[in-house]
Amino acid sequence: MKIEPIVNGVVIDHITAGQGMRLYELLGLDKLDCSVAVIKNAMGKRGLRKDIIKIDQEIDLDLDVIGYADPGVTVNFIKDGKVAEKRTIEMPEKLVDVIKCRNPRCITGTEQELRHIFILTDRKNKVYRCMYCETQA
Amino acid sequence: MKRSLIDIVDLSTQELDELIACAKDIMANPEKYSEICHGKKLAALFFEPSTRTRMSFEAAMYELGGNVISMSSAASSSAAKGESVADTARVISCYADIIAMRHPKEGAALVAANNASVPVINAGDGGHCHPTQTLADLLTIDIQKGRFSGLTVGLCGDLKFGRTVHSLINALSRYEDVRFVLISPEELRLPDYVKTDVLEARGIAYEETADLEGAMPSLDILYMTRVQKERFFNEEDYLRLKDSYILTPAKLAGAKKDLAILHPLPRVNEISVAVDDDPRACYFKQVLCGKFMREALIIKLLKEAGTI
Repeated sequence: MKIEPIVNGVVIDHITAGQGMRLYELLGLDKLDCSVAVIKNAMGKRGLRKDIIKIDQEIDLDLDVIGYADPGVTVNFIKDGKVAEKRTIEMPEKLVDVIKCRNPRCITGTEQELRHIFILTDRKNKVYRCMYCETQA
Repeated sequence: MKRSLIDIVDLSTQELDELIACAKDIMANPEKYSEICHGKKLAALFFEPSTRTRMSFEAAMYELGGNVISMSSAASSSAAKGESVADTARVISCYADIIAMRHPKEGAALVAANNASVPVINAGDGGHCHPTQTLADLLTIDIQKGRFSGLTVGLCGDLKFGRTVHSLINALSRYEDVRFVLISPEELRLPDYVKTDVLEARGIAYEETADLEGAMPSLDILYMTRVQKERFFNEEDYLRLKDSYILTPAKLAGAKKDLAILHPLPRVNEISVAVDDDPRACYFKQVLCGKFMREALIIKLLKEAGTI
């Protein structure tokens, strides 16, 4: 299977196999007008399956969303056919308006203007807690 | 600099010790502090029913020579008209020098603190935090035992939803060689995250049991809690669990002679009134301790804000 290299855009690589479509949705890529390719179960160099997303346009991505959903993913920013910047995305210390608190008693459930902020409290176990009520995400 | 108290973890161990020392000094020398807040106002914002906490804050401010402004009830407040907590905090900051707030929503106190221009004291935000109760608990234990280190502390009842229990564990586990006995029915056990993030992370010894009488002989402190109806979504669960533990004189037969029995109050059935005359019952002293710790806290926050 072959997909043409992109000239200016973004390649999200090393996505955990099976997580590509979830990231596609979390990043809102369905709203883009440009070409977007989601490649599932591609064979990586180390013999492990992975997903890849190629976006044929320079866009601002919410890297916190990527870091929360699938830490360790690589984001390549392509300019004039070359990798201008390559970043490995780790779990962010703070998530702002990425997820919502599920605690029905949390103040964010009733006060609509509040931003939904989660703090990384346990990196090893990937635990985020609501900044207001401390409920685990 | 303005500073608020939302959670007991906002205070360092040194600050806890200083507050305890200040509260004891107020108890011993009330006249020394009787005008320290002269001309200052505390706003008591209680969006949820409260008798003792509200009156404790009011009494504390009056004893410091200050004044209190408040609303008659949540139903008559601007919140009932749909005003946000953030806006309420901004508005009340124009009237008062310090705010004590209770709100049914968890995290409401933090929202208020982030928007108020004066210090905010969390007087309870739903089932989340109630730091001034923990301050009352600490002063009571200090007065009864003269130390925190080396104590075996039994926590009994609702350890799942009991906000006072979580805060007290957090505060006491900073001291050396404290051991906890967690006494509860299976459904109301201490949440795993408190065990892992606080107890296990700090290497604190603890055991879980459903047997109050079996645990009794080892305890230096017995902290009873009420199973709170307002924390349950399902009334059947509440009715099934509400009388899980009832402390009676007979159950104290195996207890140490210098045990201290605490309870954040109000109690319903969990401590028989027959226990009230036992010299080990400290829950009414605890109420008094709460008032003095609130006085110490008001002084500290107003001093840090440069108001007094």
